[in-house]
Amino acid sequence: MQGPEVAWYLVVAAFLFATGALGVLLRRSPLIVLLSLEIMLNGANLALITFARHQGDETGQIFALAVMAVAASEVVVGLGLIVAIARKRIDLDVDKLNVLRG
Amino acid sequence: MGNVVVWVVWVVAAFACISSGIAVVTFSNPFYSALALIGNLASLAVLYLLLSAEFVAAGQVLVYAGAVMVMFLFVTAYLGGRADAPWAGGPTWQQIGGVLAAGAILVEVIVVIGLKAGGKLSHEAKIESGFGSPHEIGRLFLTDHLLAFEITSVVLLVAAVGSVILGAHAHARGALVERGKEAGAGT
Repeated sequence: MQGPEVAWYLVVAAFLFATGALGVLLRRSPLIVLLSLEIMLNGANLALITFARHQGDETGQIFALAVMAVAASEVVVGLGLIVAIARKRIDLDVDKLNVLRG
Repeated sequence: MGNVVVWVVWVVAAFACISSGIAVVTFSNPFYSALALIGNLASLAVLYLLLSAEFVAAGQVLVYAGAVMVMFLFVTAYLGGRADAPWAGGPTWQQIGGVLAAGAILVEVIVVIGLKAGGKLSHEAKIESGFGSPHEIGRLFLTDHLLAFEITSVVLLVAAVGSVILGAHAHARGALVERGKEAGAGT
């Protein structure tokens, strides 16, 4: 394969995953927590596609496409929840959203 | 010559990918974060192309950077770009713990890549020219991974129905609260 070795792609994937984890743990706006979650999923996707290339087997790419579909569903439900919370005039702050009762 | 070009493209894409990821986490306005995530997804698509995953790269740009992010921007605009309240005082135990945990994940993954897989990762498998093309992915989806394909469609349907129910429920509750307020003001 031309260009960098598989390990370099995996390092980028690890950086992306850690960046996303940092955002999920530190940020308080649920919108940005969802965006950081997307970064984590994309880091995992990059690792899957890297290993698919390494093994010469497309199953990893199939898995990545399934992850993309699940991520899209997660965004739909997450945004629905955020809009529902905002409509009730509750602060959009994950530290304050600590009861499940409506 | 071709090798140098691939390296240059890789370095640019990887740098754009990581820096836009950091931008998503650090911007205080969710709208700018969402815009940075579009850049992140686009540079990831370039990395996918370098890994000869053409169909996934196209899907990434169309589905993710297109559809999902447009939805995100709509919701952010609907809610009004509320910035996070600025950090008050020094770092709390929560922030220190968060940084430590994220750093631990990073170190852990990189050490595992270096130790366990270091020797085995240098040889890539030989691939045919059709690797990762829509034709191959479609064939695999409809033969070997048909169950995963069907389950994915069910997951998407459930998510769509769930979000509609969430929206309708919130709407009904909001109307109820408004009516209650009017009744309260009347008495």
